[in-house]
Amino acid sequence: MVNQAPSGHQFDEPRHGLDVAGGVAVAARAFDPERVARGLGWFSLALGSVEVLAPATLGRVIGTGRSPLGRTVMRVFGLRELAAGVGILTTSRPARWMTARVAGDVADLAALVLALPMPSTRLGRWLLAASSVAGVLALDAKCAQQLGGHAGPGRGTARYRRRITIHRSAEDLYRGWRDSTNLPRFMRRIESVRALDERRSHWTATAPGGLRLEWDSEITDERPGQRLAWKSLPGAPIETSGVVRFERAPADRGTEVIVELEYALPGGDVAAQLLTLIGQSPEQQLGDDLRRFKQLMETGRVVVAEGASRDVGQPRGGRELRRGRGVLALLKGGAR
Amino acid sequence: MRATCWMGKGSIQVQQVPDPRILDDGDAIVRITATAICGSDLHLYNGFVPTMKSGDVLGHEFMGEVMEVGREVKNLKVGDRVVVPFPIACGACAMCRKSLFSLCENSNPNAWMAEKLWGYSPAGLFGYSHMLGGFPGGQAEYARVPFADVGPLRIPAGLPDEKVLFLSDILPTGYMGAEMCNIDKGDVIAVWGAGPVGLFAMKSAQLLGAERVIAIDRFPYRLQRAREISGAETLNYQEVDLHEALRELTGGRGPDACIDAVGLEAHMPGPLYAYDRVKQAVGLETDRTFALRQAILACRSGGTVSVIGVYGGFIDKFPMGAVVNRSLTIRSGQCHVQRYMKPLLERIEKGEIDPSVVISHRLRLDEAPHGYEMFLHKQDDCVKVVLRP
Repeated sequence: MVNQAPSGHQFDEPRHGLDVAGGVAVAARAFDPERVARGLGWFSLALGSVEVLAPATLGRVIGTGRSPLGRTVMRVFGLRELAAGVGILTTSRPARWMTARVAGDVADLAALVLALPMPSTRLGRWLLAASSVAGVLALDAKCAQQLGGHAGPGRGTARYRRRITIHRSAEDLYRGWRDSTNLPRFMRRIESVRALDERRSHWTATAPGGLRLEWDSEITDERPGQRLAWKSLPGAPIETSGVVRFERAPADRGTEVIVELEYALPGGDVAAQLLTLIGQSPEQQLGDDLRRFKQLMETGRVVVAEGASRDVGQPRGGRELRRGRGVLALLKGGAR
Repeated sequence: MRATCWMGKGSIQVQQVPDPRILDDGDAIVRITATAICGSDLHLYNGFVPTMKSGDVLGHEFMGEVMEVGREVKNLKVGDRVVVPFPIACGACAMCRKSLFSLCENSNPNAWMAEKLWGYSPAGLFGYSHMLGGFPGGQAEYARVPFADVGPLRIPAGLPDEKVLFLSDILPTGYMGAEMCNIDKGDVIAVWGAGPVGLFAMKSAQLLGAERVIAIDRFPYRLQRAREISGAETLNYQEVDLHEALRELTGGRGPDACIDAVGLEAHMPGPLYAYDRVKQAVGLETDRTFALRQAILACRSGGTVSVIGVYGGFIDKFPMGAVVNRSLTIRSGQCHVQRYMKPLLERIEKGEIDPSVVISHRLRLDEAPHGYEMFLHKQDDCVKVVLRP
């Protein structure tokens, strides 16, 4: 099977083909997450239509009755299903919408649990409905995780990579990055970096939500002018490692700086996707940090604007910007 | 200090806001002596530019006296009289080194926002939305100027504010529009929009050797200015069949180059205007493009269409077929102002251009809201409003 993952997915090997279980090779049927996602997208559209158009009938079928409240909840959930369906089927990267489906399944289960003590609920049908939702949840979660791409399924790591071109020599840039006093100037979440010895340093950072984190880090590979790699030492709240490489850009274009970061995130890529949904994308953070590194190395300063300072590092667009992106997505969809 | 603030779509107020202060060793603080309302400010006023926030200070055309400089500023000192270019540029990145200052890679701290809409981010601008940096603008008593060693141009004593103020934006913008036409001997240049930028594009085309200049607008008083300032022939697109009239004026060839100095809020008589207004209102297209469409269709085969009017997002019914099949060249860009300030200052000193001729109204800063209204509705033959803080 051809791995059609876009370049951002390069950390993952395709997981189709043979699974080895208990020493016996079993030919497993290939799980193609993109195909499954499309199927689930159509399923969302179908279910959403029924929920919106015939909430009472569906209520009878799943055993939760046909109360006005139940019908309203059903209609709202139906709209959510329709949105997820349209989202999955019209974007080229449906991972976020699959994550939204996972969240939706959890909401469905919660609503079913709330409906259980109501007098109109019929237990047999309710059990059937609840187990169906649970089954779909499992499928959605598996699909979302495989589509997410940054993390291998179940391994709980998230990887990010970003490249930028800076008009300075590789040696200058290497020295700029190696100087630990520079790091908090361009890494927005890092408060301080204190060198403990030649290779080890103590880091303090603020995490999303104002949480303060501290850990020790060690340089694992150091090739001046070329490459610097590091990893957190045991005891760190989040296990992390990274590497920065410096490559000559063509002609007089300076140096390409490539950064790869890896975090052991509880919940792996689904957690990272949820972070992105609430506006704390680690990928965005890395991009902005690298841009500030470029500012620092090219101009000697990090650019500040009165109107930007409160937003810096917080990728929350204005409502209007999101509208602009909506138009963009619409046009992209139309072009396909 | 007092500053002109954007309070929402269609709402401008002069308010009391905190004075700017030095935030970086490369900054300067300028006490503003003259500032102007730009046609592109009307796009903000009408709510066509995303990521504006209530209370944002407007204005990107301003000049004044240096009040304070950061410790690392070398080229400016307190008391210098300067004109400030509207794009903020670092002078060190690859784009600045190529003199493409409005594409500075380092001056927009909110670059990620612009990347979402445009793929990559251009330079940060004064007073022009958060996706372009969130820098407070210059329709105020004071402004902070980042990268003060790179942008501001010192003005010799003896030249009045009104002759040099427009070096900040509209004079270089109009000039670049004409320069992008690569004007050759005998060329006829047609300019859509006889607003201040269009008027300067016409004047520049004339200075750069155009045989004839044709001005296109719907307001007779603006066309009158075009005749006076650059000796342009004029066409009122509400009175003539524009395409046929241009064909007639150019011996059936079409203008050698067409300059769009109108941008995203173009007007046009007829049902297509209503159609585009509706699409714009519901977000199916962000920019109206009548002027650009006409310019492309009118341009002679193998000619150049130079776009200096502002567009922000997406356009509809773009006549790409004409571009491809008639080998048209489209050139565009926000003006790389820093590149043009010195040579244009010399032209002003030599008396080749007097930019103050476009000024129609002189108001106090407090009258800014009235200035916006007048400019928007073309009341009282408004062409250009200058504010005095």
